[in-house]
Amino acid sequence: MAADAGKLEFGAKAHVALNDPKLRANFRRAMDGLMAKRTIQFADEAEWTSLRARGAMVRANALARLPELLEQLEANCLKNGIQVHWAETTQEANAIVLGILEAAGAKTVIKGKSMVTEEMHLNAHLEKHGITPVESDLGEYIIQLAGEAPSHIVMPCIHKNKAEIAELFHDKIADQPYTENVDELTAAARKALRGAFAGADAGISGVNFAVAETGTLVLIENEGNGRLSTTLPPLHIAVTGIEKVLEKLDDVPPLLSLLPRSATGQPITTYVNMISSPRKDGEKDGPKAVHLVLLDNGRSRVHGDSELRDTLRCIRCAACMNHCPVYTRVGGHTYTFTYPGPIGKLLTPQIEGLDCAGDQPHASTLCRACADVCPVQIPIPDLLVRLRTEAVRPTSPDAVKGAGSSATTGETLGWKGWTLLYGSPLLYRIGTRMLGWFGNLMPSSAPMLKQWTSVRTKPKFAPKSLHELAREKGFCDE
Amino acid sequence: MNSPRERILSRLKASPRAAAPLRPDWIPPSYSPAERKAKFKAMLEASHADVHEVTAAGWPERLKSILADKGVGNVVYAPATRAGRQLAEAWAGGGPELLAYDRPLEELKEVLVSQADAGLTTARGGIAQTGSLVLWPTSDEPRLMSLLPPIHIALVEESSLTDSLAETIRVQGWAGGMPTNAVLVSGPSKTADIEQTLAYGVHGPKELIVLLIGSESP
Repeated sequence: MAADAGKLEFGAKAHVALNDPKLRANFRRAMDGLMAKRTIQFADEAEWTSLRARGAMVRANALARLPELLEQLEANCLKNGIQVHWAETTQEANAIVLGILEAAGAKTVIKGKSMVTEEMHLNAHLEKHGITPVESDLGEYIIQLAGEAPSHIVMPCIHKNKAEIAELFHDKIADQPYTENVDELTAAARKALRGAFAGADAGISGVNFAVAETGTLVLIENEGNGRLSTTLPPLHIAVTGIEKVLEKLDDVPPLLSLLPRSATGQPITTYVNMISSPRKDGEKDGPKAVHLVLLDNGRSRVHGDSELRDTLRCIRCAACMNHCPVYTRVGGHTYTFTYPGPIGKLLTPQIEGLDCAGDQPHASTLCRACADVCPVQIPIPDLLVRLRTEAVRPTSPDAVKGAGSSATTGETLGWKGWTLLYGSPLLYRIGTRMLGWFGNLMPSSAPMLKQWTSVRTKPKFAPKSLHELAREKGFCDE
Repeated sequence: MNSPRERILSRLKASPRAAAPLRPDWIPPSYSPAERKAKFKAMLEASHADVHEVTAAGWPERLKSILADKGVGNVVYAPATRAGRQLAEAWAGGGPELLAYDRPLEELKEVLVSQADAGLTTARGGIAQTGSLVLWPTSDEPRLMSLLPPIHIALVEESSLTDSLAETIRVQGWAGGMPTNAVLVSGPSKTADIEQTLAYGVHGPKELIVLLIGSESP
């Protein structure tokens, strides 16, 4: 993709991506594989139905009781010795993380995979202040070496094939010969990162589920880098969105059964890491201090709308993007913002504002593939339609950030005229007669028509309307 | 209303109240004792782990021969646990070198990060549905011994197997209090980040050896 693709709008970027055969092939192969593996996991329809109904209500329950559960989570974490911080914005969260690191004199940080820290652009913030963050998830490590952003929320370097990765490693890792052997590439990353783990002053991770009942942070992963990041360095900072809380430990098993099976078609991830406190007296390893940063960044506003609140049920499995006919063709970078695919085009405009990401809810055919596979039953297409409406006809001025930003006088007048015309048989008859006579004289570049004709042929008006033809054949109007 | 905490919580509390929904019934799978063991083994083996059925008295000798085949030179062990004492006694006459994890990490880091060949831990339980070990590290059996060495050996008693995580949480009484760290382990460390091609041992152990101690002596 062109280097300046970041400045383009979704539509323009999609055109660039659609004409990139390598990118198309990389995504097609990956998505086909992920869809097939997921299908095998949920072959038992009855099990899938009851499990996802449970998962959806576990999340809905947590959201219905969100403020109380956050307070309970905080109280239990504090009791366990985990320090809790609250951030309204990504700037505040970045400042909190930086403050903790600076107070500890930390210079290097090893990171487990975390989409929230991507949302915060934490790495750039730390680098600006002289702290070196090293991504340790293999996919994140690859894109950090390449200076790119993740293109998928579970498999961040899915847009790259092994030849590109082989070239990158050869280029960026000292003494690394060019090899496309995946075992050798993996071993090279292990070797390069071992020292980084051992020497890191702090570890930073995300959180999959935060259990209020016991003050436990649940992190899932396959590589072991998450466990290393949260065990080996003397300081651990976990960063999470406020919506990730669960009421109790009993809520973990159904979600833990849904998440990896939906994401990668695995019955369970290799590691389910449950952290409830820093190193206690007498214990020989583990960080001596653990901090939990709770990030709002617009989530409380989403929570304030009882329909859009369902967005926050998301457990970040990525099944929606794996099955999306748009995402699978244009890839994650086309969406510009951190979260791509269906959940991204639903979440991003609510966080960033419809005025800034208002094109995203339109990047959908509303085919419902995402809703069909969502393990927590988020009605993504319905909510996308709601956002499209909010952009032009807000239910209230501040229902969604940037609501009404796409409304134009021309379009509003156009629809008013349409209502008038269709509300009166006489006006309708005159209108269609006029269009029959003069409609074809309209240039395809006419205002409002040009958006339609940019990708379609201009409609040709028949000289006589259907009504007229019917009357001529002797049918009565009544 | 002057802290971010208060502002976030007050916004959330001002949200329209919805009654907390009931959680619909969902029943995790259950197995007969024979199925349970077979499922546990099959799932672990599908995740690329080696499972060996052993006896309570004979496992150290069995382990010695397994490790000899792999050319393992040393094993990190927990000297203060019952399993650790049993291992040290049985291997007193020969076997891989035993490295005791008996000091804080800071004094053992170099050994653990770059010299250890294998680490032996116990598991507090096993889960049949997913082929998972329940690791419950303690001050005697620290967290990193199952993570840093290239081979992780886990001892699990057949009598501790449950059908599902939900059952484990219930019968082991997790809600009553969680340890500093608990981990479910279902195979060796792996990744498929490069073209969805599976590769093992990316950051954690490349091999997982499970010693399943039978309920009765065969």
